[in-house]
Amino acid sequence: MPTNFQNTLTIASRQFRGYFNSPVAYIVVCLVLAILGPLFWEPFFLMGHASVRQMFSFLGPLLAVAAPAMSMGLIAEERRSGTLELLLAMPVRESEVILGKYLASLGLLAVLLATTIFYPLSVAQLGNLDWGPVFTGYLGIFLEGAALLAIGIAASSVTENQLIAFFVSLTIGAALAVLFGWFIPFMPTGAVTDVAQALSFEQHLESMTHGVVDTRDVIYFLSVSSLALMLAFRALESRRWS
Amino acid sequence: MSEVMIEAQGLTKRYGPQRALDNATFNVSRGEIVGFLGPNGAGKSTTMKILTCFIAPTEGTAKVNGCDIWRDPIGVRSAIGYLPESTPLYTEMLVAEYLEFMGQMRGLAGPALHKRIKRVVEETQLESVYAKEIRQLSKGFKQRVGLAQALIHEPPILILDEPLSGLDPNQMTDIRDLIREIGKSRTIIFSTHNLAEIAISCTRAICIANGRVVFDATPAELENRKPLRGYAVRLDDNSGRGKAQSVFGGVYGVSQVSLRDDGSIEVLVSGGQDVRAQLARAAAEAGLTIIELVPLRASVYDIFRELTLDPSAAGEIRARSLASDDEDDDDDDDDDDEDE
Repeated sequence: MPTNFQNTLTIASRQFRGYFNSPVAYIVVCLVLAILGPLFWEPFFLMGHASVRQMFSFLGPLLAVAAPAMSMGLIAEERRSGTLELLLAMPVRESEVILGKYLASLGLLAVLLATTIFYPLSVAQLGNLDWGPVFTGYLGIFLEGAALLAIGIAASSVTENQLIAFFVSLTIGAALAVLFGWFIPFMPTGAVTDVAQALSFEQHLESMTHGVVDTRDVIYFLSVSSLALMLAFRALESRRWS
Repeated sequence: MSEVMIEAQGLTKRYGPQRALDNATFNVSRGEIVGFLGPNGAGKSTTMKILTCFIAPTEGTAKVNGCDIWRDPIGVRSAIGYLPESTPLYTEMLVAEYLEFMGQMRGLAGPALHKRIKRVVEETQLESVYAKEIRQLSKGFKQRVGLAQALIHEPPILILDEPLSGLDPNQMTDIRDLIREIGKSRTIIFSTHNLAEIAISCTRAICIANGRVVFDATPAELENRKPLRGYAVRLDDNSGRGKAQSVFGGVYGVSQVSLRDDGSIEVLVSGGQDVRAQLARAAAEAGLTIIELVPLRASVYDIFRELTLDPSAAGEIRARSLASDDEDDDDDDDDDDEDE
């Protein structure tokens, strides 16, 4: 699908500003920070060494909830209010609409992650922080968030009800980001467990929080994102034939 | 015939077994202002959505400004300025931001964009609300914002879905004047179920009922099509009205004669027959003098009823769904809620 990137950027910038014109962005960022605080600092002093690995392992599940909230309205709300019809009367392709919306949500994700930089900075004051794993950890968590947002935008494309979009993407996202990771230790070895392990976001995030960037992990997150975006694109396109 | 801007060929849209649009064929030429008429759920919005490539027809095709809706939807959309039904806008944005965004989506940028924004703001008289949030605006101003975005790229074609619904009479007059002004240089299709609009604003009316084009003509032709109901006859002062009533009642073809409060006599005819000569002769024989004879025609509302309810005009679809009449209304829900 050929894409006019200017259209994508125009849509992205409107949507990004739209986030901050509504309470969604503020609520999501504040809630994530409020929950992350106690979760992070309590075990930190018990562990007794300067690392922010804990933060990333908490951010995963938090994003599994935050990302659906950030993405639920992207298409569903436009569909409900009717603005989708006007947006698609512009000389734009469906792919440009999806990509633009997605870019905006990635922007909000970046803002959200940027606000957590306060944790590694504080840790660096307290001890000798190795910044390598911090950067790769941020890369990993950004990729995971990107995959969750792509799932969210796909869910948002199939309904005009934001709540449905939220719960659909929450369910899928939570399974991939959290549940598989929880259950794998209790599952017998075998094909099912292998698949769960291969799909689990936690497993793919693990090595990046240690400072190791494995191409397979990066490719996995990118594949999930592309697949979900493709679904979103198809769902948006399918309105023409229904 | 001048250049054809919109060419719809056998457009059909099925939702399951229901036909929202059934083999609709029509042309619109440059410079025309075409009114789309029809009851709620008749297929007006469906037609417009197909023309803007928001939905695809099940069968048939259309060309807009020379671009095929199947092969070149982007070309089609570029040529059209569109105002969907009930004017969906990003209400959290300022008018200024919104117009800038829509202009950018139309590929405008820099000084050209700002020049166009300035121009449409003048055209639609949005100066006073330019820096306001859209959600604070009255319905009339929202409608203007919708029109402004439709005009921003100077499209040769405008498609407006119910641009006048929900407005108060003053706002309606303003928007109507605006449409007429805009229409001087563009091709416009707008839908309405206000029949009076045809005579006021349109150069042509296309009436859709049950998904079919049942009428496609100029307002003058529509006027001529109004069936003859009878005549209002006025006699001179020496002629007795009571006598006339029985005299005219005896003329062949006359179905009913009644005295009207204004002193004239209403003579109704069956089947639209022209009985003027017979009336004159009968009057002369009875010693009555006719000084005025005015044909009485059915109103545009009667024609509308006739066209949209007549089973032969609406065809088999109607016949098939007679049992469950309201299902025709369901297929286009958004049409329904609005005007009541």
